[in-house]
Amino acid sequence: MPFGGVRDIYRGGNRLSPAQTPERLRVVLAKLGLDGHDRGLKVVARILRDSGMEVIFLGLRQTTSSIVAAVEQEDADAVGLSMHNAGHLTLGPKMVRALDEAGLDVPVVIGGIIPPEDERQLLDAGVAAVLGPGASATEVVESVRSAIVASRG
Amino acid sequence: MSYRNRTIPELVERAIDGDNRAVGRLLTIVERGGVQSEEVAALTHPQRGRAHVVGITGAPGAGKSTLVGRLLAEYCRRGHRPAVLAIDPSSPISGGAILGDRIRMDDVVPEGTFVRSMATRGHQGGLALAVPGAVRVLDVAGFSPVVIETVGVGQVEVDVVAAADTAVVVATPGMGDAVQANKAGLLEVADVFVVNKADRPGATDVRRDLELMLDLAHVTGADTDASGAVFRPEIIMATATSGEGTVAVVDAIVDHFEHLHISDRLERRRAGRVRAEIRSRAEQELLDRLATMLHTGELDDIIRDSVASHRSPVQAAAEIVGRLTGNH
Ligand code: B12
Ligand SMILES: Nc1nc2c(ncn2[C@@H]2O[C@H](COP(=O)(O)OP(=O)(O)O)[C@@H](O)[C@H]2O)c(=O)[nH]1
Ligand SMILES: [Mg+2]
Repeated sequence: MPFGGVRDIYRGGNRLSPAQTPERLRVVLAKLGLDGHDRGLKVVARILRDSGMEVIFLGLRQTTSSIVAAVEQEDADAVGLSMHNAGHLTLGPKMVRALDEAGLDVPVVIGGIIPPEDERQLLDAGVAAVLGPGASATEVVESVRSAIVASRG
Repeated sequence: MSYRNRTIPELVERAIDGDNRAVGRLLTIVERGGVQSEEVAALTHPQRGRAHVVGITGAPGAGKSTLVGRLLAEYCRRGHRPAVLAIDPSSPISGGAILGDRIRMDDVVPEGTFVRSMATRGHQGGLALAVPGAVRVLDVAGFSPVVIETVGVGQVEVDVVAAADTAVVVATPGMGDAVQANKAGLLEVADVFVVNKADRPGATDVRRDLELMLDLAHVTGADTDASGAVFRPEIIMATATSGEGTVAVVDAIVDHFEHLHISDRLERRRAGRVRAEIRSRAEQELLDRLATMLHTGELDDIIRDSVASHRSPVQAAAEIVGRLTGNH
């Protein structure tokens, strides 16, 4: 019984329930490939921080495998991608697949320049939510939060 | 199967087998504290002690993360498997955080290294408890060195680095950095100094200031151990952005660790670390209980009674302490 020792410290029944701090949602934010538009990503990072989340900011020039490694090590609850280089139809689904193949049930939320006619395709490929220019702080936070809730079933 | 639903013994076993996802999950559990983190501690404690624990601190923007990235690459080159805990402050308003240390390490850090970003999460004792627990997890997972990066402001952060096997203090040119480091109490805990941004003017001034302060410290003879051996921290000039000085920094860190082994210092350091952790844990436990008393209204009752019965605040406090420790 490896935990006997730990439990014994609190014998006598007057042990108060130990304080487990509330869960903090952790989100990995990144841009994939050659796309220098990082202003939106920085705005989103601040919005999520101000909503109480922890943002692991990877910034520019990430690959799907560097993001998978970060999600594992950081035990992230979601991946947020910001895309402005018209690569979303390839890279979005590729990201979803890479996480899936690594056995990570972590939702992907995408923002940036996504033409309306592409949105359906991304959602069908397993992307949890798609946001565009002018998305409000509430929309940003809610898209991430509900994606996480949905992924946990 | 989601790692969220795996048992802790299972996660520890997987972590030992080199499963980074299990390590990541265990670190989350340790960070949150509570019964589950105690279970992790119980399972990882007996096997700890193999990793070289290196603390790195210095002012915000000193180049710590950039330097850590370089150090990791050099350690990998030498055949080690390093891990980092990069600690940044939480927002006091929202409790959230933007953790940006990874970005600096990204370009140079080879695959296979483990980088974990950690927010201070506000509460005083939290960090002091979470860090030793996290180090143990990385230790059983076979990582060494385990590097802890903290901002060198605030007592808790300095304590965290002081509790490492080897404490590295990063200074930079300008703004009287050496003097600031001295004030923050960093000079006493440093085993290795790095003057980073050596590409900038004024770097040699920082070096000179540090040398002077070390000379003064030696006059007071503060730095001898039981064997009478004196250890004078090395001062290494580095430019983390270009990688210059990286090899010398790693050499100095390794030399310090060897020095710990030839004297009784490693045991003393680690005993100090255990002492500090036990103390933090006991403090946290008492604070938790006090908070619960406050929450349930028990504390208010005691205060009301003592006012009504004209007892002194000292007596009332004694009663509270008695109840906290279950001796009433
Ligand atoms: C500013 C800007 C630049 C700046 C970028 C500065 C920087 N560091 O970010 C500069 C001048 C460098 C630049 C350069 C280029 N740009 Co430019 N740029 C813009 C512009 C005008 C605004 C982008 C912006 O910052 N918006 C403000 C932020 C806050 O909004 P946002 O990114 O949309 O983010 C919001 C939402 O989308 C969402 N969101 C975004 N990401 C995420 C992520 C998550 C997880 C969530 C939840 C939400 C979310 O929330 C945010 C808040 O509402 C847009 C036009 C436009 N109207 O968008 C063109 C635009 C993006 N650029 C474009 C192009 C083509 C270029 C260039 C290739 C060349 C050129 N023609 O100028 C270069 C390429 C540079 C490179 N290396 O990649 C095109 C892209 C076309 C496309 N994708 O089909 C656009 C759309 C202009 C156009 N209409 O043609 N650009
Ligand atoms: N000129 C110069 N800049 C550096 C050096 N090392 C780091 N920097 C820059 O200093 C800034 C802060 O670096 P970072 O590693 O994030 O510092 P930290 O806050 O101490 O972790 C970044 O812009 C780095 O590129 C250096 O040796 N020389
Ligand atoms: Mg840093």
